[in-house]
Amino acid sequence: MTGRRVAVTGVGVVAPGGIGAPAFWDLLSNGRTATRGITLFDPDGFRSRIAAEVDFDPTEHGFTEDEAARADRYIQFALVAAREAVADSGLELDGESAWRTGVSLGTAVGGTTRLEHDYVDVSQRGAWWDVDHRLSSPFLHRAFTPATLASAVAEQTGARGPVQTVSTGCTSGLDAVGYAVHSIQEGRMDVCIAGASDSPVSPITVACFDAIKATSANNEDPAHASRPFDADRDGFVLGEGGAVLVLEELERARARGARIYCEIGGYATFGNAHHMTGLTAEGLEMARAIETALAQARVDAREIDYVNAHGSGTKQNDRHETAAVKRVLGDHAYRTPMTSIKSMVGHSLGAIGAIELAACVLAMTHHVVPPTANYETPDPECDLDYVPRTARKHTLRNVLSVGSGFGGFQSAVVLTQPKEVRA
Amino acid sequence: MKSRTAGPVAAITGIGVVAPNGIGAEAFWKATQAGDSVLDRVTRQGCEHLPVRVAGEVRGFDPGSLVEERFLVQTDRFSHYALAAADLALEHARLGRADYADDPYAVGVVTAAGSGGGEFGQRELQRLWGRGPRYVGPYQSIAWFYAASTGQISIRRGFKGPCGVVCSDEAGGLDAFAHAVRAIRQGSQAMLVGATEAPLAPYSVVCQVGYEGLSTGDDPERAYRPFTAKACGFVPAEGGAMFTVEDAAEAVRRGAPVRALLAGHCATFTPPGRPEDSEGLAHAVRGALREAGCAPEEVDVVFADALGTPEADAAEAAALREALGAYGSKVPVTAPKTGTGRAYCAAGTLDTAAAVLALEHGVVPPTPNVFDVCHDLDVVTGSARVAPVRTALVLSRGRMGSNAALVLRKGP
Repeated sequence: MTGRRVAVTGVGVVAPGGIGAPAFWDLLSNGRTATRGITLFDPDGFRSRIAAEVDFDPTEHGFTEDEAARADRYIQFALVAAREAVADSGLELDGESAWRTGVSLGTAVGGTTRLEHDYVDVSQRGAWWDVDHRLSSPFLHRAFTPATLASAVAEQTGARGPVQTVSTGCTSGLDAVGYAVHSIQEGRMDVCIAGASDSPVSPITVACFDAIKATSANNEDPAHASRPFDADRDGFVLGEGGAVLVLEELERARARGARIYCEIGGYATFGNAHHMTGLTAEGLEMARAIETALAQARVDAREIDYVNAHGSGTKQNDRHETAAVKRVLGDHAYRTPMTSIKSMVGHSLGAIGAIELAACVLAMTHHVVPPTANYETPDPECDLDYVPRTARKHTLRNVLSVGSGFGGFQSAVVLTQPKEVRA
Repeated sequence: MKSRTAGPVAAITGIGVVAPNGIGAEAFWKATQAGDSVLDRVTRQGCEHLPVRVAGEVRGFDPGSLVEERFLVQTDRFSHYALAAADLALEHARLGRADYADDPYAVGVVTAAGSGGGEFGQRELQRLWGRGPRYVGPYQSIAWFYAASTGQISIRRGFKGPCGVVCSDEAGGLDAFAHAVRAIRQGSQAMLVGATEAPLAPYSVVCQVGYEGLSTGDDPERAYRPFTAKACGFVPAEGGAMFTVEDAAEAVRRGAPVRALLAGHCATFTPPGRPEDSEGLAHAVRGALREAGCAPEEVDVVFADALGTPEADAAEAAALREALGAYGSKVPVTAPKTGTGRAYCAAGTLDTAAAVLALEHGVVPPTPNVFDVCHDLDVVTGSARVAPVRTALVLSRGRMGSNAALVLRKGP
């Protein structure tokens, strides 16, 4: 490595319960939940009928009717988040710097909501295998191509460097940011618009999680249905949203006098080679990802001040990552707050990793740990400090964010406060 | 983390191909070198009446003979191809479980995917909308999404190293190699890398109808003829290739066949809707050559993107002249994909397979169905050209604006 370091200089968020970083932080720091009964379609007949939805009207965010039709909902989220992040960073691209600026965005299911919508038309509600192309909408091909996500954001931003869409299931957001960090460290780019977006609240996605009982069926009390680490948890609550960070080579950011929120010094991902949806009780592979990310960031495990958990609220996940964190942090794990914001904003699949990184950046700015909402009853297998229901003041120098996803992906990112200017 | 001096760190030691013109590197190379075109009328059930008449279908592929039933039932066709191609790539590299049994973290997987599990997804959508939510099966959550192949290869082979998925447009196939090289630089011993696609399910075809440049011709010999005055777009294809990529020094140490070195890669972006724009691709070519420490005249063959529309073909020719100077008109250019179709993300990986084999055999394969080239390029048409091939440049452009260039050097 060349010693190049990566700073976060801009943040943008579109999350359930609040659009824009300030509204998002207000929700998290007050421990409010944004989970509710599904309104985006009629969920009658489904096992899980709850989700964390974004109240989002594209016209309020400057999209014309034609632009809104061209860009799927998840792309609109990304465009709005990217606009906020770039404005926040004060980034301006010129002819030369555009080639040194990339885009790296994650999504787990991409345009599937639009794909399903048009499928209903071209198949006459599932009547035909031999679908009729004449009944589809003109922008269907954009939904079929997940690369539309990064492309749309690159076009809006003016980036001409490497532009990639990343899709590693539920770790997509961490991985998209992680790839960007490594690319900047390697010198392949100086700036990257990095993050993730997903809008998976559609019948097919709700049905596929129903089929494996991965989601919560607590339809009677949606506001308290997402219960990470609680003994009474019964699955995750589907969410949607997007978040974008402006990542910048540290010296470049300093030279232009940008506000430096924090640095991202380490990222690693490993496969568990175990099961597409199953996790081991030990969490060895996630532990390895944490250790590798810490080593890159040159942070000792005992220096971690906060763990932003994957904390999906399934029985196996919360046990798995509690074991993984204890394996690396040892006794220090019991002194380290570990929380899941999925208790408030749900699990937006590929997007959530980036939304969680945005939460980490804001937590480090405020020196406040967002709580785990709805946490009431301890589970003997999950015995760490999950910061129940109320946010906590806490000095945050080094923060760890972890994620885990279908396919066996285990990822970890380490964020650090900006170090003193070197002589 | 390993400290490195200059020079390529990663070598391709194995190729696994499941292509319309052959399964396995040997059959693929035989057909590619001969310039056989296998483009044909689409026969997949439910696709016959759709406006895509000609495509490159993988035929004669029996997944059950290569992959266990329990993996087949929970995956789409695109993952069947990937699982089979991964096996072939490992076998070709003579990399077995004994080589990584002590350290499963030493081997990772990176795939590129653009079409996802379309056929599987359509079947489940039909169950949901035709019959009801509880008829959706348990594998929908793991078969349709783009990450399916990487996850299943990792599980089936026990690979715990870095696992990644890029679902960028066509250029993502070449970008996957850049991820693999980085993983090796960071300490992985080997990576399984590549892309496979299966876009020929009825609903997936409907989704492609809006693509600019999609050929609707119904004559297999005329439907895809880039660089000619008759260029009328591209023909889609399925299949793809997986590769064993290893730490070059480790590969030599274990006596593995070093087939090519991954010497340089660069990716750029051209805003969509500017098919005549050559700047982005030229920039990518210059960047990849710079990383490889390669002068323009050292390039012995270019595997062209060859989109097949007049503007895009002209832009590719212009990009080669901008990046290679006058030599851009002299360097042999080939596009074997005119005989198989463009397999989206996998197109670049099939070109990379052909490029590695060209380096090994000292032969530039021809561009089937193309003659009377109307651009200032030396396109290899008719029959293969025997020539010393030490350096190959592979190009890829995506519909959504990505450009990528990959430089391969002959092994020691």
